[in-house]
Amino acid sequence: MPGKLKAKIVAGRHLPVMDRASDLTDAFVEVKFGNTTFKTDVCPKSLNPQWNSEWFKFEVDDEDLQDEPLQITVLDHDTYSANDAIGKVYIDIDPLLCSEAASVISGWFPIYDTIHGIRGEINVLVKVELFNDLNRFRQSSCGVKFFCTTSIPRCYRAAMVHGFVEELVVNEDPEYQWIDRIRTPRASNEARQRLISLMSGELQRKIGLKVLEMGGNAVVGYLQCFDLEGESGLVVRAIGTACTLDKLSSGSAPNTNTHVHPNTAPASNACNSPSKDGKESPLAHGCRSTHNSPVHSACSSQRLSQNFSVSVPTLIFTGMGSGGSAGKEAGPLKTLLRQQTQTALEQREFPFFTLTSFPPGFLVHVGGVVSARSVKLLDRIHNPDEPETRDAWWEEIRQEIKSHAKALGCHAVVGYSESTSICEEVCILSASGTAAILNPRYMREGCLDIGSTDHRFEEPSPPSCGFCHIPYDELNMPFPAQLTYCYHCRRQKVPDVLFTTIDMPPEAAVTGKGCLIQARLCRLKKKAQGEVNATAISNLLPFMEYELHTQLMNKLKLRSMNALFGLHIQISVGENMLLGLASATGVYLTALPAPGGIQIAGKTPGDLSNEHHILTIQKRINDTITKNKELYQINPPELTEEVVGSPIPEPRQRSRLFRSHSESSDELSELDLSHGKKDAFVLEIDDTDAVEDIHSLLTDAPPPTGFYSCNTEIMPGIYNWTTGVQMFTSVRVFRLSNANLTNQGLNKIFTDLCENLLKSFYFKLRSMIPCCLCHLNFTVAVPEEELIQVAVTAVAMTFDKDQTQEKPADKPVTKGCSETEEQLQFPLELCADSSSITTQTSSKISGVPESTNVSPRAASVDYGSFADRCSTWLELLRLKAHTIRRGSVKTSRRTQSLAHSVSSLERSSPLPEGRSRSLRSNRSFGGSSVPVVKMTPLSFLPGTRIIKYLGIINMFFIRETTSLREEGGVSGFLHSFIAEVFAMVRAHVAALGGNAVVSYSMKECVLMENPNKNQAQCLINVSGDAVICVIETDQESMPSTINVVQTCSSGADGAT
Amino acid sequence: MAVELDVFVGNTTIMDEEVYQLWLDGYTVNDAVKVRMEGGVLEEFEASADVLLSDTMDQYRTFQMCERLLHSPAKLANQLLFQIPPHRQAILIERYYAFDDAFVREVLGKKLSKGTKKDLDDISAKTSVTLKSCRRQHWVQFIGCDGFDNFKRVFKVVEELKGPLVENIRQHFLLSDKLARDYAAIVFFANNRFETGKRKLQYLTFQDFAFCAGQLINSWTIGAVDNMVEDMDVDLDKEFLQELKELKILITDKDLLDQHKSLVCTALRGKTKAFNEMEANFKNLSRGLVNIAAKLTNTKDVRDFFIDLVEKFIEPCRSDRWTASDMRLYLTHYTNSAHILDTFKHQVVWDRYMGVIKSCIFKMYHD
Repeated sequence: MPGKLKAKIVAGRHLPVMDRASDLTDAFVEVKFGNTTFKTDVCPKSLNPQWNSEWFKFEVDDEDLQDEPLQITVLDHDTYSANDAIGKVYIDIDPLLCSEAASVISGWFPIYDTIHGIRGEINVLVKVELFNDLNRFRQSSCGVKFFCTTSIPRCYRAAMVHGFVEELVVNEDPEYQWIDRIRTPRASNEARQRLISLMSGELQRKIGLKVLEMGGNAVVGYLQCFDLEGESGLVVRAIGTACTLDKLSSGSAPNTNTHVHPNTAPASNACNSPSKDGKESPLAHGCRSTHNSPVHSACSSQRLSQNFSVSVPTLIFTGMGSGGSAGKEAGPLKTLLRQQTQTALEQREFPFFTLTSFPPGFLVHVGGVVSARSVKLLDRIHNPDEPETRDAWWEEIRQEIKSHAKALGCHAVVGYSESTSICEEVCILSASGTAAILNPRYMREGCLDIGSTDHRFEEPSPPSCGFCHIPYDELNMPFPAQLTYCYHCRRQKVPDVLFTTIDMPPEAAVTGKGCLIQARLCRLKKKAQGEVNATAISNLLPFMEYELHTQLMNKLKLRSMNALFGLHIQISVGENMLLGLASATGVYLTALPAPGGIQIAGKTPGDLSNEHHILTIQKRINDTITKNKELYQINPPELTEEVVGSPIPEPRQRSRLFRSHSESSDELSELDLSHGKKDAFVLEIDDTDAVEDIHSLLTDAPPPTGFYSCNTEIMPGIYNWTTGVQMFTSVRVFRLSNANLTNQGLNKIFTDLCENLLKSFYFKLRSMIPCCLCHLNFTVAVPEEELIQVAVTAVAMTFDKDQTQEKPADKPVTKGCSETEEQLQFPLELCADSSSITTQTSSKISGVPESTNVSPRAASVDYGSFADRCSTWLELLRLKAHTIRRGSVKTSRRTQSLAHSVSSLERSSPLPEGRSRSLRSNRSFGGSSVPVVKMTPLSFLPGTRIIKYLGIINMFFIRETTSLREEGGVSGFLHSFIAEVFAMVRAHVAALGGNAVVSYSMKECVLMENPNKNQAQCLINVSGDAVICVIETDQESMPSTINVVQTCSSGADGAT
Repeated sequence: MAVELDVFVGNTTIMDEEVYQLWLDGYTVNDAVKVRMEGGVLEEFEASADVLLSDTMDQYRTFQMCERLLHSPAKLANQLLFQIPPHRQAILIERYYAFDDAFVREVLGKKLSKGTKKDLDDISAKTSVTLKSCRRQHWVQFIGCDGFDNFKRVFKVVEELKGPLVENIRQHFLLSDKLARDYAAIVFFANNRFETGKRKLQYLTFQDFAFCAGQLINSWTIGAVDNMVEDMDVDLDKEFLQELKELKILITDKDLLDQHKSLVCTALRGKTKAFNEMEANFKNLSRGLVNIAAKLTNTKDVRDFFIDLVEKFIEPCRSDRWTASDMRLYLTHYTNSAHILDTFKHQVVWDRYMGVIKSCIFKMYHD
């Protein structure tokens, strides 16, 4: 089914001087799509040319529309010699293919050259007309929506979660083709950029097809990665979660949580008020007899698919402890539930979900972290059309993950992600996730419509602790574990420690605040080739996992916390070392028992000086624990009474940690991270290594006063975010000059590198205090033999200090309120917008006193970008218009609240009123100021509401220089490149009509340098979701507007 | 072992005003770190010297990348590379173009095209502005000490534009009104090559000259009569200069000179202690002022305008110990009396000339 792509080149500005003689440029533009190219006239002697071209029309298949980018090349006309390229703009037109996303791309784009960086800007208009509207989505995957966000996007409702989708495509890397020897670096870079753009387009289209097959209409938690395998090729792979999303019309609530049928009122649905569930349900199963304990490791099997492959013993982290405890048998209904759920999930090959946060009721129990790694030797991909080898590799890993989850009594894996680390021909494939039991209702066709029938199988656990309850069978524990009755509901068993890769469920009860916990590790390895190398690496991996786990556990206890969220373990391979970095956010879950302390024991008790030494260390550890408790405000309520019949261990009970490597002798055996079934948590000092380790435990400096940090979306324990947001990317590369480094020495360097980075962030962002660094995402790499590279992307967010102490008293209730709020505000924003444009009268009411409340807040967000873009909205407005009119008739209060939002819109607009209503064509020439685009790695911006998702941003850039010194060395080079990447992302978002990017991430930053040759090259891949967000209206007006929403919603129903 | 690469890039560009000033003042990264350490940032925020070094380097890099944009500030507002809030942009620009009066005063007297390192050494020694800062202070580039290219580029912008000079500078460089006026003065002085470096002129400050430049721009340039010509505020009105020759009649016609003197003396009698000196010096002073006017058609004499004012008028008065109010009284009556002379026909030119002369002398006559 074909479509028509139309592009118009309007103008350029700030072009570089291409003709030295005249200090001017004779610029023209080539517009290329597929194999068709159009040219504009030459605009002679101008650095700010006005082409104002005709509409260039491309008639193409929608398959091409999905795969190909629109390529715009700006050139300098030269009569006597070849025309010089100034730079290019690639525009991904995918957002235009989805009716719900953007309808036009219009704005200033930086003109980018891989050698010179940004060279001026060009103003472009792009539109797409798809023919054959009726059958539009049948044969291609146009219209399937993609989201990087790893939760249900804010203005959608998940009607159904279908499950895992994956795909990979491979190709030869142009950089390694023979032709590369004769072409210029620029040509080579451009070939690569274009190829990757094509490949991601193709990948997205193929995934889209799979989603359609499954009956879905969207991919959430879309994660796309590149593997630069060098000689052996280029792999682009992606995973995601297929869903059926319903757009929340202005009438229904933007409540991502509900999974009820649209006709069912939210309040009547049981799932929406989980606390009520708990009370009503008579089905109190005592507790399930299951176990929990640390590690279960899968034996690897040599599945030699190609030349060589080693599957590494992998781990399941849950918690640790000792001694099982007796429990009651699982109720029959539970079994029924399980069977039902399993059948629902077993139909799927991989019951994996890339989501990290879920609608309430979706996540029933969490087992623990499951992960799998495998070491592979790369070989040339002979036939790009059949990437079976790579597929088989991942298949293996996924099978392993699945079986780990089963061992934990879980039927699904959530918070699932995959990654690779490549060095020369060795590749480590990793996958990890959190084993979990899910509510089956989301997975089965038709279930949502008869939600009540499923209701009786629902867990009776309260939402604030239910997910902590063990999912596995207490009588057949897969590993030794220490269980207690839940400290919150007292009815079911919980482990003493819980590790997960997901975000903390918002309804979970926590004590105090959380903090970032990192385990860092370096291991030297001998340089080797081929299989020897791969074997060496796979032998090292289990030890690294073990050590990282030990560090995490110790650091967790040192902070007096009992759970980790957002755990991400990265193992990166270099020629002569392996780097391991585990990051997570530690919290004290109220439902879990208090962690024991850490006790130091010496190997030789007789030695007096040694004993003294141990006492000193013990004291330091105890002091640190006390200090941390204060710092993170961890004051768990004292237990007044024990639940009868349950063997709850004393809170101070200790588990033992052995520093023994005995298990290691058998590399393929199960790796037991529980460190044996000991009853005390003891660190034994038997050698200097152990002393070092303990010291390094204590070196982690807490963040300075006023700062918090976490790697999850938001910080557990902070609830009142204000609007200050600063997203940043920081990269550091450290050169090891000393060739004779020991493991210990390396560890210290690596730890210092990470700690110093954090310190730098705190210092730089000190003006934002009180603030929290959220979603701290560390990526480590070993780009060359003696280099360690750490790249961090995070966001600093301000919060209101005065109210941080207490979580709103009654969470389920307040949650309900806030949802109502959400329901209310969404239509209001639309009303505001439409009325300011369509009805002159409504904007006149802006003098209503209430409006004064809003203005100070409203001023902080730039509405210019979309106030300007009225025409983008026209479609939407036409839809909403009668809704509003109906609303206004029915409620008297409506005008007031409407005026309120109108005024907020107008006041916050930096442009004069007349301007904001002007047409886009005027804007192009105006030289008006650049619209502000906010960026954040989170799925939301505090204080604002996302009202529209405009499409996915997935961009890949290469930058190269042959004048490294002149550009300020590697730092100068990378600094400007990152700034350029930000600028290009912002420009694309603004052109789509957006004012923010959410779920932004920098997935790749590969830097290669050769200072001797004065050269450097860098590849960056970024992604995110372009959105329109508006400031949240004041809460005070909310109660008065309930009527509005109801009328609005009824109106909307009528409309749709 | 060393940090090979270290960058921090924010979506909103982070800039510390203190570091910016240090950068403008020409401090090296290491010196800036020292200054910041002494300032106590570290104690305030438990940071180490490494952290400070890393932060300073980042910011210096950012400023260097921004500098290109600061050369034509209008670009700063619609460039896409750095997301900088508008109020911060204004601060960046205003600070970038701010300069040290004492220093610019020195340069006003120099031959602008041939600024050498040695000249800068001398100036920096005299004004105790560090040499680094001389080089950094961007008006230096503007004037041309640091190479004529930058001056030419900026000058070209103003040159090609029609309309008032101050307004053009203000709009194209987005400067405050005060700073734009100062720049207009610098451009004006540079264009007309006024001599300001002579020892006798040393007592005058840059602000004195800037004031005079403003007066000349407002009344004596082409722009004063026609506001749509190129260079209207930079070049003096040639026709007017030609007409000034006619004023010579005031000193060449003996009757007119005597008549003028008696009118002035009548008006002044009893109103000042310096009356006797005024009466005795009248003819000399009048010849002085009128001769200056008559010679302004020569470029050389235009250059000596200020030195002539001082030699021919201000110095004689000062040696006779006139007070500032004496000066006002005298010049007011001197100007007004010429209107009563029935044979003197050049009233308009006279007013245009004396209006500027009066205010310049008032400004330049320090008690």
